[in-house]
Amino acid sequence: MTTTADRPSQEFKVVGSRPIRHDGVDKVLGRAQYGADLKLPGLIHGAVLRSPYAHAVIKKVDVSRAEAAPGVFAAITGDDMPVTGSKVVDMVEEVTNLKWSSQRVMAHGKAVYRGHPVAAVAAVDQNTALEALKLIEVEYEPLQAVISLEDAMKPDAVIIHDDLVGDHLGEKVSPTNVAEHTRTEFGDPEAAFAEAAHVLERTYTIARAHQGYIEPHSSTAFWSPDDKLSVWTTTQAPFGVRSNVATVLKLPLSDVRVVPMEIGGGFGGKIGLYMEPLAAMLSRKSGRPVKMTMDRKSVFDATGPGPGGQVTAKIGVDKDGKILAATADIRYMAGAYPGSSISAATAGIFACYKVPNVRIDAYDVVINMSKTAAYRAPGTPQATFASESLISELCETIGMDPMEFHLLNAAEEGTRRPDGPVFPRIGNVACMEAIRDSEHFSSDLEKSPDGKLRGRGLATGYWNGGGNRSSVTISVNDDGVVSMVEGNPDIGGTRTTLAMQAAEVFGLPAHDVHPTVADTDSVGYNDLTAGSRTTYASGQAAIEAARQVVEEIKKRMAMIWETEPENVEFEDSVFRNKVAPDQRLTFKEAAGKLGQTGGPVSKTGTVNVRGSGGGSFAAHLVDVEVDPETGKVQILRYTAAQDAGKAVHPSYVEGQFQGGAAQGIGWALNEEYYTSPDGVMQNSSFLDYRMPTALDLPMIDAIVVEVPNTNHPFGVRGIGETSIVPPAPAVGNAIADAIGTRLYQTPMNPSRIMEALANKRNGKNGH
Amino acid sequence: MHPFTYVAPRTLDEAVAVLEQHGERARPFAGGTDVLVQLRGGRFDLDAIVDLKGVPEATSLDLNGSLRIGAAVPCYRIYEDSAVAAAFPGLIDAASLIGGIQIQSRASLGGNLCNASPSADGICPLIVHSTVAVVQGPQGERRVPVEEFCTAPGVNVLGRGELLVALEVPAPARGFGAAYQRFIPRNEMDIAVAGVASALTLSDDGATIASGRIALAAVGPTPLFAAKASAFLAGKPATPETFAEAGEIASTEATPIGDMRGTAEHRIELVKVLTRRTLAIALGRAQSNR
Ligand SMILES: Cc1cc2nc3c(=O)[nH]c(=O)nc-3n(C[C@H](O)[C@H](O)[C@H](O)COP(=O)(O)OP(=O)(O)OC[C@H]3O[C@@H](n4cnc5c(N)ncnc54)[C@H](O)[C@@H]3O)c2cc1C
Repeated sequence: MTTTADRPSQEFKVVGSRPIRHDGVDKVLGRAQYGADLKLPGLIHGAVLRSPYAHAVIKKVDVSRAEAAPGVFAAITGDDMPVTGSKVVDMVEEVTNLKWSSQRVMAHGKAVYRGHPVAAVAAVDQNTALEALKLIEVEYEPLQAVISLEDAMKPDAVIIHDDLVGDHLGEKVSPTNVAEHTRTEFGDPEAAFAEAAHVLERTYTIARAHQGYIEPHSSTAFWSPDDKLSVWTTTQAPFGVRSNVATVLKLPLSDVRVVPMEIGGGFGGKIGLYMEPLAAMLSRKSGRPVKMTMDRKSVFDATGPGPGGQVTAKIGVDKDGKILAATADIRYMAGAYPGSSISAATAGIFACYKVPNVRIDAYDVVINMSKTAAYRAPGTPQATFASESLISELCETIGMDPMEFHLLNAAEEGTRRPDGPVFPRIGNVACMEAIRDSEHFSSDLEKSPDGKLRGRGLATGYWNGGGNRSSVTISVNDDGVVSMVEGNPDIGGTRTTLAMQAAEVFGLPAHDVHPTVADTDSVGYNDLTAGSRTTYASGQAAIEAARQVVEEIKKRMAMIWETEPENVEFEDSVFRNKVAPDQRLTFKEAAGKLGQTGGPVSKTGTVNVRGSGGGSFAAHLVDVEVDPETGKVQILRYTAAQDAGKAVHPSYVEGQFQGGAAQGIGWALNEEYYTSPDGVMQNSSFLDYRMPTALDLPMIDAIVVEVPNTNHPFGVRGIGETSIVPPAPAVGNAIADAIGTRLYQTPMNPSRIMEALANKRNGKNGH
Repeated sequence: MHPFTYVAPRTLDEAVAVLEQHGERARPFAGGTDVLVQLRGGRFDLDAIVDLKGVPEATSLDLNGSLRIGAAVPCYRIYEDSAVAAAFPGLIDAASLIGGIQIQSRASLGGNLCNASPSADGICPLIVHSTVAVVQGPQGERRVPVEEFCTAPGVNVLGRGELLVALEVPAPARGFGAAYQRFIPRNEMDIAVAGVASALTLSDDGATIASGRIALAAVGPTPLFAAKASAFLAGKPATPETFAEAGEIASTEATPIGDMRGTAEHRIELVKVLTRRTLAIALGRAQSNR
């Protein structure tokens, strides 16, 4: 593929502009159909009985009284699920025990997290279903809950899954709660530490944090008498839901149709299955379509936040501050089933730097809490809290300016990422320079008028972004408007960013491309809306489809002009005959002539984008004010610079920078699962799970850096996730600057800040 | 949710009769911002909710030197009444703080008191204003000082068939000032980690405290009247040193727990800080009320 670097003067008409989003009017008028808005003839409503215990043997579940209650159509338990026995299979993206995929959504024999579904009912309305839950008899035998790394990893630990076989550096180990231990090594870190002028090692604890999407999960299923299953659900991954539902319910893949509903936020948390198989089984039993919607408490208790854990990081530098070696020990609590993005953590923790000698150990540990899920740059903000806090403290220790340190050590094109891949052209240094040159950076931090303490913090972050498979179909209408069918649920404005990329090829205004997100029967295969991939990878499918359409219309024009297709050129939305230059038709005019030249034009672009998403780096700068008498932190000013490659729709790019920063500030300051010793989350509401509100944040300044991605025709990079990576360490570094002592734990809430200040007065430090 | 009946009595007697009939299975309903949330959350089942917004005694707001706040008067009516707002800034601190604008258009101080949450923002300001709760029941009327109204988290002194009719706030004396502050980690939509209401009345010299009252929120099983710290204030000079010492004393009267909202140690510190800060504001208000 030619590189945009080779043609830096690439000019755009549509890409880079800021059209109104195609789905805007529906959303503003409340017409957009989210999961819970669905209405179907004969629809009934499901409800889930959830385990009050984090760890318990289920000795008996009796749903007979519930089933017999007036208005109740069906009830199910773990016994009704098609898969109950242990069976290891190769699923779409991972090898997993099929039993776990099934039992994660409906317990069988044992509950392994608080909120674990134990039974479900479907009734004429939601209240009847909820009341019927009270008639279900369950006999539990509570077991000791394993809810910390220490409990899970100690030699005589209570074992959560007897049949979990851990992979510990290639060795099969059982019984264990450690699903995986991986190691990445390069060079000789020990020898390099021995030579280093300064070495610093610290341990950091990061809290489990929920995505906090505003829309709770909602799924509806209809099991037709011919054994075809339709599922309407709020998901980032309709094709993933299709294959996973088919596997868990033992259905042929193509007998499952998944209709993605409009989605009210996901951030990675709406990829896995939750209620889809339960609604399907209830529908099968009742013969009715069944809708199930979670309440907020269930969302907190029983869906997947990002993992908490512990990270020990160590860095050695020479006398000039150049990094000689770095090591890390990353331990994440995956929740009740394995899989906590330790590989992304390994890739991300030192990615912003040139590290000649490195070793990273990572552990994926199961505990008795709901299985964690992807959360925006999965695994990376946690690890980066460690590395970027450590670097800030190291700079303090050696008396080096953090900006200078970052620029001296910054990874660039050709640098080997610690886990192996070599960076293509990247914007790491450009982001740092953008911050360095910002008005924010050069402004002085003014003293507080009333004795509060102010500080400034800097941190960087990285997320690679994914490529993979996408299909987009474009059809030309007689009036020259094109319709575009895609398969990625639109979370962040991707209907528009895909339409804009197609429009760029056609030279049409963005609104002359009409995008539709289709169900799994109506569009080719698409990987999920996640991994910052949609604008980047599905955008390439849109470009591909548009280019095919243009080629086809060239043939049609050649027919009309009685020339060879090679003689037809297309520029600025006009087809021209190179041989007879007065023969020209605009795209719109040409569209009207397709019927008479061979019929409709409709083309599908399919891509399987390999390798790197290009990598998007960011640098964040934040000013905070701490009230030393109460421990309250106020964010005074925030600037986020990030490389977008080419910003397709700059407002959406800025929005992603701001949204990620807002979420990361939440991790930094207040968000956590506050859990009792027996594994019960105490703060499972938005009142006590304290995400920042609009009143808690300043306007976040977004600086869009554009270093073109050599792997995309327009230079686009995936940008949705990196923005959550730097905020927690940036805020932590600012707090340390303000109060003169450091916190090694998120959230850095007021009680902890007061404790750190008290320790400082008593001459203790926090590490 | 168990199905329940909605009852909208027009008189106090009717309301008392319905409540007496259902006992525990019925609850009064003012703004509903606690009771409806709790009902939906499955905290309890009810057979009836008794809406007090049709009962005149519970919905009137009368300023006549002293202030009489009907038990179901929503917060916005209190702070939007300019005469009330001018005379009782210490109450307005709470009325304009509870929830957000939507909540304030429903939530009442009466509901805040009857809900008896240790962290309620409305109760401590009522206490330092020496407010009396007027209660009506099958045996007629009785009057309870607000500091004696809550007996445990979520529990109050009301017996079967009894309801709160109104809150009677005495006319502020010359040289009286009061203030309330809470600490929350965010800037809105949080429950107090700790809250303190303070009031003081200046002597004629304008520099000595004749009497003072301090009440503490979210640092004990109920909102607490800090008797020792209050008594300490009498006769002391109205200075930062006095206020700091009052804070120290108040902190010894607090019995906080540590929970998801903050540690016990943090809450103790907050009592000291908020006592100082509210006394300073109360002093300013007292000085302009002379
Ligand atoms: C989003 C939100 C934010 C909130 N923020 C705050 C806050 O910042 N600070 C705070 O303190 N609270 C807050 N609350 C809680 C609540 O709004 C307040 O406690 C409010 O004052 C309750 O008043 P109400 O009129 O709505 O009470 P209701 O819900 O109507 O009643 C509360 C309780 O008192 C009983 N009751 C009501 N009236 C009487 C009566 N006359 N006699 C006997 N019993 C009676 C009811 O049966 C019920 O048990 C918040 C609630 C929500 C939903």
